[in-house]
Amino acid sequence: MAFQPVKYYQTGTFTVGNRLLPPEVRAVQSSERRSNALNSGHRACQGCGEALGARYAIDAAMQATNNRLIAANATGCLEVFSTPYPETSWQLPWIHSLFGNAAAVATGIAAALKAKGKAGVRVVAQGGDGGTTDIGFGCLSGMFERNDDVLYLCYDNEAYMNTGVQRSSATPPAARTATTTAGNVFNEGKNLPAIAMAHGIPYVATATIADLHDLEHKVKRAMQLCGARYIHVLVSCPLGWGHASDASIRIARLAKETGLFPVFEAERGELTSVSHIRHKVPVEEYLRPQRRFAHLFAPKLRSDVIAALQDIADRNIERFGLLDRPG
Amino acid sequence: MMRKPFAITLDRGSSLANHTGTWRTLRPQYVDRLPPCNAGCPAGEDIQGWLARAEAGDYEGAWRLLTEENPLPAVMGRVCYHPCEGACNRGQLDEAVGINSIERFLGDEAIRRGWSFDKPKKSGGKRVLVVGAGPSGLSAAYHLARLGHQVEIREAGPFAGGMMRFGIPKYRLPRDVLDAEVQRILDMGVVLKLNTKVANVLQAKEEGGFHAVFLAVGAHIGKRAYIPAGASARILDAVSVLRSMEGAERPQLGRRVIVYGGGNTALDVARTAKRLGASEAIIVYRRTREKMPAHDSELEEALQEGVMVKWLSTIRQAEGSSITVEKMKLDEKGFPQPTGELETLAADSVVLALGQDVDLGLLDGVPGLEIADGVVKVGPNMMTGHAGIFAGGDMVPSERTVTVGVGHGKKAARHIDAWLNGKTFAKSRVNAPASFDKLNPWYYSDAPKTMRPTLDIVRRQSTFDEVLRGLDEKSALFEARRCLSCGNCFECDNCYGVCPDNAVIKLGPGKGFEFNYDYCKGCGLCAAECPCGAIEMVPESI
Amino acid sequence: MLKQIEGSVAVAEAVALCRPEVVCAYPISPQTHIVEGLGRIVASGALGSCQFINVESEFAAMSVAIGASAAGARAYTATASQGLLFMAEALFNASGLGLPIVMTVANRAIGAPINIWNDHTDAMSQRDCGWIQLFAETNQEALDLHIQAFRLAEELSLPVMVCMDGFILTHAYERVDMPTQEQVDHYLPPFEPRQVLDPAEPVSIGAMVGPEAFTEVRYLAHAKQMQALDLIPAWAAQFRRAFGRNSGGLLHAYAIDDAETVVVALGSVLGTVKDTVDEMRSRGAKIGVLGITCFRPWPLAAVSAMLSGAKRVVVLEKSLAVGVGGIVSTNVRTTLTGRAVPVYDVIAGLGGRPITKASLERVFVDAMNDELRLTTFLDLDAAVVEKVLHRESETRRSGPLAENVLREMHGIPAR
Repeated sequence: MAFQPVKYYQTGTFTVGNRLLPPEVRAVQSSERRSNALNSGHRACQGCGEALGARYAIDAAMQATNNRLIAANATGCLEVFSTPYPETSWQLPWIHSLFGNAAAVATGIAAALKAKGKAGVRVVAQGGDGGTTDIGFGCLSGMFERNDDVLYLCYDNEAYMNTGVQRSSATPPAARTATTTAGNVFNEGKNLPAIAMAHGIPYVATATIADLHDLEHKVKRAMQLCGARYIHVLVSCPLGWGHASDASIRIARLAKETGLFPVFEAERGELTSVSHIRHKVPVEEYLRPQRRFAHLFAPKLRSDVIAALQDIADRNIERFGLLDRPG
Repeated sequence: MMRKPFAITLDRGSSLANHTGTWRTLRPQYVDRLPPCNAGCPAGEDIQGWLARAEAGDYEGAWRLLTEENPLPAVMGRVCYHPCEGACNRGQLDEAVGINSIERFLGDEAIRRGWSFDKPKKSGGKRVLVVGAGPSGLSAAYHLARLGHQVEIREAGPFAGGMMRFGIPKYRLPRDVLDAEVQRILDMGVVLKLNTKVANVLQAKEEGGFHAVFLAVGAHIGKRAYIPAGASARILDAVSVLRSMEGAERPQLGRRVIVYGGGNTALDVARTAKRLGASEAIIVYRRTREKMPAHDSELEEALQEGVMVKWLSTIRQAEGSSITVEKMKLDEKGFPQPTGELETLAADSVVLALGQDVDLGLLDGVPGLEIADGVVKVGPNMMTGHAGIFAGGDMVPSERTVTVGVGHGKKAARHIDAWLNGKTFAKSRVNAPASFDKLNPWYYSDAPKTMRPTLDIVRRQSTFDEVLRGLDEKSALFEARRCLSCGNCFECDNCYGVCPDNAVIKLGPGKGFEFNYDYCKGCGLCAAECPCGAIEMVPESI
Repeated sequence: MLKQIEGSVAVAEAVALCRPEVVCAYPISPQTHIVEGLGRIVASGALGSCQFINVESEFAAMSVAIGASAAGARAYTATASQGLLFMAEALFNASGLGLPIVMTVANRAIGAPINIWNDHTDAMSQRDCGWIQLFAETNQEALDLHIQAFRLAEELSLPVMVCMDGFILTHAYERVDMPTQEQVDHYLPPFEPRQVLDPAEPVSIGAMVGPEAFTEVRYLAHAKQMQALDLIPAWAAQFRRAFGRNSGGLLHAYAIDDAETVVVALGSVLGTVKDTVDEMRSRGAKIGVLGITCFRPWPLAAVSAMLSGAKRVVVLEKSLAVGVGGIVSTNVRTTLTGRAVPVYDVIAGLGGRPITKASLERVFVDAMNDELRLTTFLDLDAAVVEKVLHRESETRRSGPLAENVLREMHGIPAR
């Protein structure tokens, strides 16, 4: 069931916490006792959405498992900025092996824990879109089909950011990257959440860093279940998307509110809940603040491309019922 | 104990050695901005402050914070025209917060629970005379008493309250509410002498051994206009009519009452006339509805009660049972010009509500005063031209409302206190305004304003029961929680949550937050996602 | 207990006796019978909570093993040829992280052209990946080496690959002496990891190391592997005392004391070599054999000592470094630097070509007469290769090499 926000408490559950809310309804992030699984001192860019998404997700998972959690990380921004010798920002047991094997390493950890009878210790795997949808796809699919007891978290910033913003199969149409300088081609790309659902695994969800309560709820829900679980988190990238460092959350919110990034939950391949759009906005409002879409506005306005993107958003809205208010 | 391989495996917490704060070019700072409600309140209430307590369910705390500035919340909640609500930023989201309703709720709650003011912390102050027990005088007395002074109020009339008693009808302000709030002020040790008119200020000051005087006599003399009238024409003035409502005998206005004027007093009289049994109460006003000085909400209530209005009309002549009105039209400058068209209206009485003048008699012989347009000029410290004589309320140049009067009383009290101690009262630093563009409105729940219930029309017409009922606790709480807390941190934990570098320290409930500048990279997410705009980014000094 | 079983099954049973906790299975000829055997043992319940995981590729197999080992479990997998290459990235990762994984490599040739039969190209291609490489001569030694491998790996915190010739050993039914569980438990205590992923003591494994420390890390990896040069003989000696057999160790010398010509080789071919050498010695030839059991780390001192009396060395190897020549011979030549001892490189058995005693004797005799070229391809069909080379020099678009050779061999007219 989709997360039901608390209403009429000034900010309800839109904000991280609120002194008026009962503590159990506040986000994990509002607590002074949150794990800070990704602690200060890491080398992420200013305003990095992935740093935020990772801390959000892992803190929630830590709370859900009573701090009995192990993480396997793919190569990428998150791994590089968090563990440059001699400094690590991670507060939980953590391993980085290779670019494409985070899911398999996590499978191995889960198997070891099972062999040793340590049932209470849980495993997460995390990686960026490149490490998940492209090079890590084989291992991910293997983990899914075996239903290994792993929660895989994909932090999607829609390109290979750590190597300098190259296109991945998660890059959206029209986006400019270092290897799609004229804008990414339409009708390419992989819909990983749909692929995950096609594997019939116990839990699949999408989320963004703009909706903390929703993301935490999904991580907690995932940790209540066993078997292969997948959460796809949209994380903004100021450098790669070309927006101001203080706009990361706002841009992620716009991705959802336009309908371009549908936020939902599914179990065993069936859609179970949808996070509705609060105030629908046209895609242009999302595209304008990002320099990776600047070529759609200058030297001349590409209304044909913008219309095509609007069409994608509208079809998402229809397919997922993103504007159908619950009765 | 693990034998960890060199460099490949790292110990927890080692990243804390990397002080990423050195990356900053902008630094975040917590700021307090001045909410528009606070800025707009003539009584200078910390509205955002007491709303914050009310929304947490601490009604007494809210009432105490409110009454730091204004001792009459139950009255305010009924008669104030709430410029705070007009300025409220929430109005740009859905509707302004019902601050006025909540103030009334708190005031009523205080009366119901018998909360009293704390005894003044100081003592041994000076003797101060307050002339007039209206809102301005009562407010000054309250604040002076809190500052430890011995205050004596001399009121010419038989009851305290000023226009609150003698100008505003019972159906807007029940007298038991007014009495309760007045008594609470007197319980602080303020001496009140009723039926004691001060004929000569200097004399009264001298004889009473007062060190300073605050004049707040109000404007109780109804303005007259020259209207040719026959011998049997019954022409009264609104101030007298309303005042006489307090007495044992009701004024006899007849069945068809004409009220001349367009202010709130005119409306009060017309609505009172209806309640007294007039079958017709017609307001004759020389300009249009847009130009009418009366508050539109009160006009609405009046119209609902059956009061009628003749716009763009002036009275040419009055006879025993009728009047002659002339139609006006507005010229290009907006001034009404006669058209020559006449009309006759039946009338048993004509009540003039054309404004009020101040009785300046008590100021005779006081040197140094500057009087212009019938009011006494005062400096920014509320002192007249004569040292030690201060004045406020309707008798000085001002917008004539109860709230403004209360604000004057407070301001004067502070300046009097300073003057008596040989100092100057300097207002503390005023914060930058918390304008709407500084907010991040996404974070506020969608919640429309609650509406106050009103009496049935028929009942309203025939009784003097209070028309607008207050909010119940649930509604008041709901309403208080619509407050955006503009420019003032309300501990929503957003900054603490959205920092990617975990560089915000949560100090604990009620203690707010602190930035950890060792790690803050200056990305600005905290400022961008602060709902109330209580964080600003300033250039870092490099 | 004595058994007559397939080599793969012997290895499976030996690995099972070592109480693995996580076994990763991906099929590739000729190791598949090993993982199948382990699968049956796990399914029988004999290994308790051991997790048997059918992975989706060899890359996944090694990755799962990495995760399992890092979490403190005894991890095992098996592969060959293409599969070993497919997990190449992970091999370097496992050794770099210092994880004591044990893996069987059923040696097989590497394509193109695809070839499923035995040679040592696969293991040799990964000789620099940081794993310890042990080569078994017989099925008995193969099963024994796995037991020693776990002990060695966990002591040093380094991964170990046990190489056995595909098909020749894996699919041969030989008599083996299978140890008891008690014997193995006594020799191999439970796995005590040097570092482990444990919520009670969180660490970050796999940091990024830059120029300021990378050299030191690599030096330490090298130094650690060099420690094996002492440990391997010690563990082999302990094995001999516990199990009564001479399995493992750095090398096996045979008839070397008076040998003027020493044949150096790895793996099962040593059996054929020793038979050939026996016959030649019965006719008075002063020829001996040095079998290399531990190829990585390269036992330089031990080899040098064993070859101190040799006048010439013949390196018989199933491996080829295209563009250079032999691989093992290069290591031997390094060992003999400064000594004027000719090292004849004989490259044989590529892609499973049988090595006969007759061919061996011919080449050994030539070597003893110093009539051998420095690099020889045993039993090469010279006519075929010359014809192919000739055609290629004349026609630009001459087609793939393999196809051309086959045409020549089968007498199919050229295109």
